[in-house]
Amino acid sequence: MDYLLTEEQQMIRDLCHQVAEEKIKPVAAKYDESDDFPWDIVKIMSESDIFGVFIPEEYGGMGGGVLAMAIAAEELSWGCGGIALAFAATGLGTFPLLLYGNDEQKKKYLPDIAAGKKLAAFALTEAEAGSDAGSIKTTAKKDGDHYILNGTKQWITNGGEAEIYTVVAITDKTKGARGASAFIVEKGTPGLSFGKKEDKMGIRGSATREVIFNDCRVPKENLLGREGLGFIVAMKTFDYSRPGVAAQAVGIAQRALDEAVNYAHERKQFGQPISSFQGIQFMLADMAIQVEAARALIYSAARMIDAGKKDIAKVSAISKTFASDVAMKVTTDAVQVFGGYGYMREYPVEKLMRDAKITQIYEGTNQIQRGVIASALIKENLGKKR
Amino acid sequence: MKIIVLIKQVPDTTDVKIDPVTNTLKREGVESIINPFDAYAIEEAVRTKERMAEKGKGAEVVAVSMGPPQAEAALREAVSLGCDKGILISDRKFAGSDTWATSYTLSRAISKLGDYKIIFCGKQASDGDTAQVGPGVSMHLDIPQVTYVKKIEKFDESGATVERMTEEGYDIIETPFPVVLTVVKEINEPRLPSLKGKMKAKKAEIAVWTAGDLGCDDDKIGLDGSPTRVVKIFTPPPREGGQVIEGEPIDVAKKLAELLKEVLIG
Repeated sequence: MDYLLTEEQQMIRDLCHQVAEEKIKPVAAKYDESDDFPWDIVKIMSESDIFGVFIPEEYGGMGGGVLAMAIAAEELSWGCGGIALAFAATGLGTFPLLLYGNDEQKKKYLPDIAAGKKLAAFALTEAEAGSDAGSIKTTAKKDGDHYILNGTKQWITNGGEAEIYTVVAITDKTKGARGASAFIVEKGTPGLSFGKKEDKMGIRGSATREVIFNDCRVPKENLLGREGLGFIVAMKTFDYSRPGVAAQAVGIAQRALDEAVNYAHERKQFGQPISSFQGIQFMLADMAIQVEAARALIYSAARMIDAGKKDIAKVSAISKTFASDVAMKVTTDAVQVFGGYGYMREYPVEKLMRDAKITQIYEGTNQIQRGVIASALIKENLGKKR
Repeated sequence: MKIIVLIKQVPDTTDVKIDPVTNTLKREGVESIINPFDAYAIEEAVRTKERMAEKGKGAEVVAVSMGPPQAEAALREAVSLGCDKGILISDRKFAGSDTWATSYTLSRAISKLGDYKIIFCGKQASDGDTAQVGPGVSMHLDIPQVTYVKKIEKFDESGATVERMTEEGYDIIETPFPVVLTVVKEINEPRLPSLKGKMKAKKAEIAVWTAGDLGCDDDKIGLDGSPTRVVKIFTPPPREGGQVIEGEPIDVAKKLAELLKEVLIG
């Protein structure tokens, strides 16, 4: 489908696809196996200016917004959903700064992120605060010109590898949800360390690690927005970042479709390619329908967000939920088209299935997304005049 | 100070087909690309500029191509890969140039640019495969040349030490500047274009220089300036399959010896 992308957006798409095809795809299985962090690919992505696509031009980026981020995330994930996270999770870690950072903070941090010199990460989740982000225990106590952070964040993508962390911590326990605040913490700050690196089912080759604060003194200039905005920062960040997860899902799904079509054409049974059988044809067609519908939804949501429309939480959640469910379905079907070969590590589709699963879980499980969508529906209904 | 890269736009030979009747390339629908060896030349020119920058020396990388107007696309791509600007040498008068006339014309353009230290070329083009234009340019400019360069070991203000690939190994050659270096694919791994490079390439003004601009002698350019005459182009007959000798080893050996005698002695 032609999405009438601008010349610049097409450029981003084509270059990211070239990086995925020529540089990422050939090493995806290696990183899936070793689970090392793909610094060689990060270097290529930064040299190609990919990290800056969604960052405003005044801070060294291309100013492409959420749509550019989605286009890049999709194409890179086509190459490998894990390796692409070095980029996509940097996006997640950068949105708090883009949305709530003051000019000084932006000037200080964004150019290096745009240039790919520094990766970013977003640190919200804790052992006992996943979907229930309100139960975070990490604290930030004001002490003169500093805040002192204590606590452990868990499952932080790019953890240990990123230089810039945007962290949500409790500044005032008595205020409940209004008692959280968001901070920028730089790697190397005394008291910041990294714990266990997780051994994951999929998106291997991305770092998922504990981020530990032990009397970590952060200058008060690193507060994002103001005290008490922490949860708003987090929720707004997710509104902006979820189309990126959705795009990652579509990239994985598109790859599964491409692999399945190719395999169905090559694989012969009963003396003919299996693509000549209607049973396979209908599966491939259904996969294509779902992938295209998901992509159309993401691009629409991204355009709406970039246009500055209000009430984006619902469309953002819809795009993430639909695309990630599609990715799970389509990658599962791709394994089915491959039959026994699909189950083997030697072929690429079982990895796609493993990689797809996380997109239904992180940045808010699809159940939480449906909750977001439903509460938006109810709110809209209440607002209607009767 | 300039570093010049000479590039050629060629048909993408990975999907080229030969017309069985006329024995010529089917050019319709075939994409044009930068000659693959020239991509290494571009990369080495850009790296040399970067190495100079590390030493605090500024340099400008200028890509030059001689060809029809559509060769502008190759120059834009060169800019996206890090060249500072592109110049297209294009004029109907250049039509039919052989390697002599082409290298003369290019040398005129290089003289016009002036202030050059290194001229990079790919070792040969994937369509003509002559490997003559780079050396030709050096002769017309009366400057040294090193062909099949696989590494630039070091350089200073006045010259460079390079490795030239040979069939057995490599030579280490010291050369003064200015010099023409033709490079082999072992020299580097070309980078991908960058988005900023592509944006720059889109906006870049590609100057077009004609025969008049270069002050070329009319009898040295185009068909008139080309001593080469193409008598016939043909596809060599396909190699015939080998002969399999079967039987007992002793008989096979005898038969083979007889056949070899026929071939070698006649």
